[in-house]
Amino acid sequence: MEEMTFAAALADLAGMAPEIWQACQETGLMLGVGLAAAILLGGPLGIWLYLSQPGQLFANRLVNGVLGWTVNLVRSFPFIILMVSLVPLTRLLVGSTIGPVAAAVPLSFAAIPYFARLVEQTLREIPRGVVEAAEAMGASPLQIIIKVLLNEARSGLISSLTILTISFLSYSAVAGVVGGGGIGDLAIRYGYYRFQTDVMVAMVLLLVVIVQIIQLLGNRLAARLDKR
Amino acid sequence: MIHLQNIRKRFRRPGGGWFDAVQDTSLAITAGEVFGLIGFSGAGKSTLLRLINLLERPDSGAVIVDGQDLTAMDAPALRRARQHLGMVFQQFNLMANRTVADNIAFPLEIAGWSKADIAQRVAECLEVVGLSDRAQHYPAQLSGGQKQRVGIARALAPRPKVILADEPTSALDPKTTQSILDCLRDINQRFGVTVVIVTHEMHVVRSICHRAAVLDAGQVVEVVEVSDGKVDARSDLARSLLEAA
Ligand SMILES: Nc1ncnc2c1ncn2[C@@H]1O[C@H](COP(=O)(O)OP(=O)(O)OP(=O)(O)O)[C@@H](O)[C@H]1O
Ligand SMILES: [Mg+2]
Repeated sequence: MEEMTFAAALADLAGMAPEIWQACQETGLMLGVGLAAAILLGGPLGIWLYLSQPGQLFANRLVNGVLGWTVNLVRSFPFIILMVSLVPLTRLLVGSTIGPVAAAVPLSFAAIPYFARLVEQTLREIPRGVVEAAEAMGASPLQIIIKVLLNEARSGLISSLTILTISFLSYSAVAGVVGGGGIGDLAIRYGYYRFQTDVMVAMVLLLVVIVQIIQLLGNRLAARLDKR
Repeated sequence: MIHLQNIRKRFRRPGGGWFDAVQDTSLAITAGEVFGLIGFSGAGKSTLLRLINLLERPDSGAVIVDGQDLTAMDAPALRRARQHLGMVFQQFNLMANRTVADNIAFPLEIAGWSKADIAQRVAECLEVVGLSDRAQHYPAQLSGGQKQRVGIARALAPRPKVILADEPTSALDPKTTQSILDCLRDINQRFGVTVVIVTHEMHVVRSICHRAAVLDAGQVVEVVEVSDGKVDARSDLARSLLEAA
């Protein structure tokens, strides 16, 4: 490996700017799709999981058992194995198994039960009496979910979303290597296969900065929303 | 105003078998009175109160409030009926992420009131409980007594005919207790709201109730009358509660 000066490394990276930007967009796309799926499907699933518990609004042992078991099942797969086993589904849905959109399929699949559990845990922190007060005032189940549960848990839900985003930034790097592209893929391709350590270091630093920013924004928003 | 007719309520014991929390109880509560439910811990006071707005569904018997049989209603009708039955809790049960004003507005939002009507009614209720200057505070910024005032204002907001209160002062110190009882009495007298209040303390009965049912093991032992702060008790249980006070 030739010796590299800092200046040379910078020049190297500057020349790669379009490629880095492309990688950021790919990572953003994978994360965006995964998080959207988590919120739109995992959120309601988490609410249902919570409401079907004994003593809750839609208490039902069977429903709760089946939902809980399914969520655990998907969550127990190591992500890389989930990716590989979902290849047929990905091909069916996207028509291809490479690229960020294809990678978003297993990411979404993993994100849904993950977020559902986080939502369920967060909702459990709401005192039962508060929900009961709403029931006593004649609130409908939908009003209770939106006006009481989600509003009382809003700060915890933002924290959950922050955790999910950061975990999935890392999952998206794995998905990237298996053909999804993105920042993690770039780091591996240049740093590992082409021995361009500077690129790898730069990509890791970029991920460090992104994680810090997400956590900071998440904490800020959660604190602002929390009036307890 | 409230007629409980041959109500029974049993709970499944964790170990198996059944526990009779309320046994074949009938009770008539008159419009405009402050009615107490008193008894020792586990007597079934809370259960009986929660049967009035059907938070607990009776295994048999009828619950008739303001001429309507709640036990015969479907879910939407029951929700509408509950909008006219305020409830106040020992632990306040306010929503932590809503301001005082928004907590009081909640039952009105549920009932579909317009924004302007809600704002006006919330201001009136804050006035009644003496918390107009706290409208934009959050519950975490209030004392226990203030939280309970918000709870009372919230119960009062939809102009209910009945307010159900489960040990509303048990989490409060004696001085605050008195001010909350005064507040409930004031609401009863000014607006003619029927108040049903659960307590294990005879002094609560003496200070605001017109009548009270003395409960033991899920049954009404006697209904006592209160006049000029004196309780006319016949049963041994009522006497022992009097002495405990
Ligand atoms: N949901 C429930 N499941 C099982 N048992 C219950 C339930 N609710 C109440 N009970 C039982 O019914 C009995 C009466 O309870 P209740 O809460 O009505 O008593 P209480 O008179 O209000 O007592 P306290 O003064 O302690 O509040 C108690 O023995 C209680 O354990
Ligand atoms: Mg009780």
